[in-house]
Amino acid sequence: MNGPLMSHSTAEKLVYMANQIATAFAQQSHEAAVEATRTHIRKFWDPRMRAKIAEHVAAGGEGLSSVAKEALEGLPPVRAA
Amino acid sequence: MSLINEIDYGTPASKSEKLVTLTIDGMKVSVPEGTSIMRAAMEVGNQIPKLCATDMLDAFGSCRLCLVEIEGRNGTPASCTTPVAEGIVVKTQTERLKRLRKGVMELYISDHPLDCLTCSANGDCELQEMAGVVGLREVRYGYEGENHTTLGKDESNPYFTYEQSKCIVCNRCVRACEEVQGTFALTISGRGFDSRVSPGMNEPFLTSECVSCGACVQSCPTATLNEKSMVEIGTPEHSVVTTCAYCGVGCAFKAEMRGDELVRMVPYKDGKANRGHSCVKGRFAYGYATHQDRILKPMIRSSITEPWKEVTYEEAIQYAASEFKRIQEKYGKRAVGGITSSRCTNEETYLVQKLIRGGFGNNNVDTCARVCHSPTGYGLSQTYGTSAGTQDFDSVEQTDVVLIIGANPTDGHPVFASRLKKRLRQGAKLIVVDPRRTDIVRSPHIEAAYHLALKPGTNVAIVTALAHVIVTEGLVNEAFVRERCDWEDFQEWAAFVADERHSPEAVEKYTQVPADLVRQAARLYATGGNAAIYYGLGVTEHSQGSTTVMAIANLAMATGNIGREGVGVNPLRGQNNVQGSCDMGSFPHELPGYRHISDDATRASFEALWGVNLDDEPGLRIPNMFDAAVDGTYKGMYVQGEDILQSDPDTHHVSAGLAALECLVVQDLFLNETANYAHVFLPGCTFLEKDGTFTNAERRIQRVRKVMAPKNGYADWEVTQMLANAMGFKMDYGHPSEIMDEIAALTPSFAGVSYARLDELGSVQWPCNEKAPAGTPVMHIGGFVRGKGKFMLTEYVPTDEKTGPRFPLLLTTGRILSQYNVGAQTRRTANVAWHPEDVLEIHPFDAENRGIRDGDYVKVESRAGSTSLKAEISERVAPGVVYTTFHHPVTQANVVTTDYSDWATNCPEYKVTAVQVSPSNGPTPWQEEYEDLTRKSRRIAAEAAE
Repeated sequence: MNGPLMSHSTAEKLVYMANQIATAFAQQSHEAAVEATRTHIRKFWDPRMRAKIAEHVAAGGEGLSSVAKEALEGLPPVRAA
Repeated sequence: MSLINEIDYGTPASKSEKLVTLTIDGMKVSVPEGTSIMRAAMEVGNQIPKLCATDMLDAFGSCRLCLVEIEGRNGTPASCTTPVAEGIVVKTQTERLKRLRKGVMELYISDHPLDCLTCSANGDCELQEMAGVVGLREVRYGYEGENHTTLGKDESNPYFTYEQSKCIVCNRCVRACEEVQGTFALTISGRGFDSRVSPGMNEPFLTSECVSCGACVQSCPTATLNEKSMVEIGTPEHSVVTTCAYCGVGCAFKAEMRGDELVRMVPYKDGKANRGHSCVKGRFAYGYATHQDRILKPMIRSSITEPWKEVTYEEAIQYAASEFKRIQEKYGKRAVGGITSSRCTNEETYLVQKLIRGGFGNNNVDTCARVCHSPTGYGLSQTYGTSAGTQDFDSVEQTDVVLIIGANPTDGHPVFASRLKKRLRQGAKLIVVDPRRTDIVRSPHIEAAYHLALKPGTNVAIVTALAHVIVTEGLVNEAFVRERCDWEDFQEWAAFVADERHSPEAVEKYTQVPADLVRQAARLYATGGNAAIYYGLGVTEHSQGSTTVMAIANLAMATGNIGREGVGVNPLRGQNNVQGSCDMGSFPHELPGYRHISDDATRASFEALWGVNLDDEPGLRIPNMFDAAVDGTYKGMYVQGEDILQSDPDTHHVSAGLAALECLVVQDLFLNETANYAHVFLPGCTFLEKDGTFTNAERRIQRVRKVMAPKNGYADWEVTQMLANAMGFKMDYGHPSEIMDEIAALTPSFAGVSYARLDELGSVQWPCNEKAPAGTPVMHIGGFVRGKGKFMLTEYVPTDEKTGPRFPLLLTTGRILSQYNVGAQTRRTANVAWHPEDVLEIHPFDAENRGIRDGDYVKVESRAGSTSLKAEISERVAPGVVYTTFHHPVTQANVVTTDYSDWATNCPEYKVTAVQVSPSNGPTPWQEEYEDLTRKSRRIAAEAAE
């Protein structure tokens, strides 16, 4: 896994962070890990970050682990400020 | 106001519950068994003359002044060393005693300099006072005999003098160094008349092992050890009890004043966190408050390449507000935010987050806990249901096994460390998990039973391996777990940790800790009696910081070491009010009291009182703010009392973020490193100049009391209030107590807190409400805040910051006793005598391989950047590991650290950076460029001629 230091690009960093979260819940069942990852991101990521990662997912979600991708696909859309 | 003089009972209180009744000078008195006669007499207001006794120290019985007569017993025993007994009849004042005491005083005075009128302790000298008390009117031996006046003074310590001729060899300083501080730096050298106090082997104080805590000075009954400030200014005339503004221990001090000049800070004996003790920072390092570098006038500039222009508060505030409004209009409501200060008061922190949530209309607020203990908040909240330590500091007195993980209390939390060391000297066992051999591992009369010197970054593996041993060797406290924890979660966790891959033998290959040591440490923790865990940033500042916190919480639950005195999970919080800043809603996802911003009912209560609608979305965390700034979506920021450029990791990225802002408002005492990128500077004020409260690491809320007017004109909360009003968000507080009343009204865990309550009780530990009107010293008694304790699975995931051929060493960073955080305060005091610059500790093996000698300039380079500093060859670090501090901006250790961070909270991974170290000729190009930037950025335009 490449670290975010390979680039300060926001998308790469967010992908890295989402994968980190998914890995932290990896010991749970797949469904539970997906739900825990989704809840964590919903609870702690600001709308800008969620919107950016949503764009990345919509563009194919390159680099995301299966748990992270599934979690992000189920995130509710970000409301405008 | 008058000088606060606490009663000195002469000897410590007995903890016995059995009472003994005796008669003293005709008065019946009942005291706990084990109490000295001296203390019992004081209980009924009868002060027996004394010189070598003080209630901070065990009785010594050397001065022979406190003699008493006991009916039916021979002789005149010392009342300090004689315990009370049932039915005894004591006389403290008889003709024989008067004669004996006068004789003793004559001997003391016969070789003592009689310069009382010009002595720095005149009016503050127990010898002088006792001469009066015993009615000394003559010295039959004359004054012409031998004395010590030719021995001179040791003035090497920047804060106190040692005047040998005035020493009466009462041993109080030596005993204070041993019993209170636990350093054992002092002794009495010589014999008979030649006996003198000696730091180390007759060394000057400064270069001896003395840590300058001040305990010896405080205990000295004469002018032998005296504060230089007393020598220079004279004795104080009034004092005010307040709370130290350094570290999370939260020591209570008497600020002793003459007019509005601070004469000295003396630790307050009734302070429940420090119990009358102090360290070199709180006791002496307050000179920054009056340092010439303080900026006392507001300043603005339209570009960071321009010099600053001094303006009025009104102009600066209006400019800042108009910029924030302009930015929000152009880039959107969420394009601005701010950072609250863990050095400021609860009330000030509350106000900044209120301004951001209510005035800016978003939740882009964060605090320095992001980069230190945010994983504690997450980890303890998941497992126990609350984001704070479980015990009070007194709890350590009941502890049998102390497990310290990733903390260096003798440097970071020195006053608590002294209390901890006292317990260890009484026989408690110690386990240390730390890559470095910190002082607590082996110091006088203390040696860790086990030091698990793990490879940086493998905390989760070690703590889970401890759990493996506890589960597989049948050491779980099943009764506790069944009653107090979720049993299904426990079973899943037990099966998880029991897996062979978590065994000490399996993890040894990457932790580098011998498996047998791990097994023995686990057995001791689980079976050694009351076991308490103390941890610090060595746990949290990792990519798995939150996981380690949860692993620690699991250990305590599995062994039943939670919910009573002597046990628990105790994060040693870094800054003075970092606990408070978190409590006050400084995190972007939480309102005060740790309630998520998306919770409609909580938000509604704030909206009703504040009269605004609140955004229900979490805001940006500090690292996210820098990312967003570089991305161009975050354009304005208000930073109160934090120096994020120096303290946050990956300085290049931080500076790029700050440089991208269109309006950065910095409120601080000094033009700090962050201010190099600021457009508005608002002068800050010190803890001596304002009212408020701080909350320490044990959740203790204590008053900060103003002892002098703010040199900059306003307390920090007043400046925030002005900015809020300029933004159109009305605030009209007249005093910080009104802010606390609002906090109490909105925050269930603070519902019972008020200034009146704090004045009445001295301090309270939250939760403080109807259920616990006097506060809560120990949490989770009888049940966890979340209900059943939750075991969490803690798989070890190695960090992606890996060593390799280019970067073969691991850098870990920390701090040192004499300096505090980014050093903005302590660098502007005489504490630089102990630590004038950051140095790089490197093992002799690694140094020799690179041709590095002690004191050589070396370059430290990582994937993020490089800096240069001097090398210190040391076996404190293992081969392959190097260590430095981050106190000096000239070094900027964070140029080297990376932006890897904790998976749950984005707390940076300061403790693991792969680096290479090589000989160097001097500063790196970046250091030279930065010095130039700083010089240019700190220019202040001269005022135009009238």
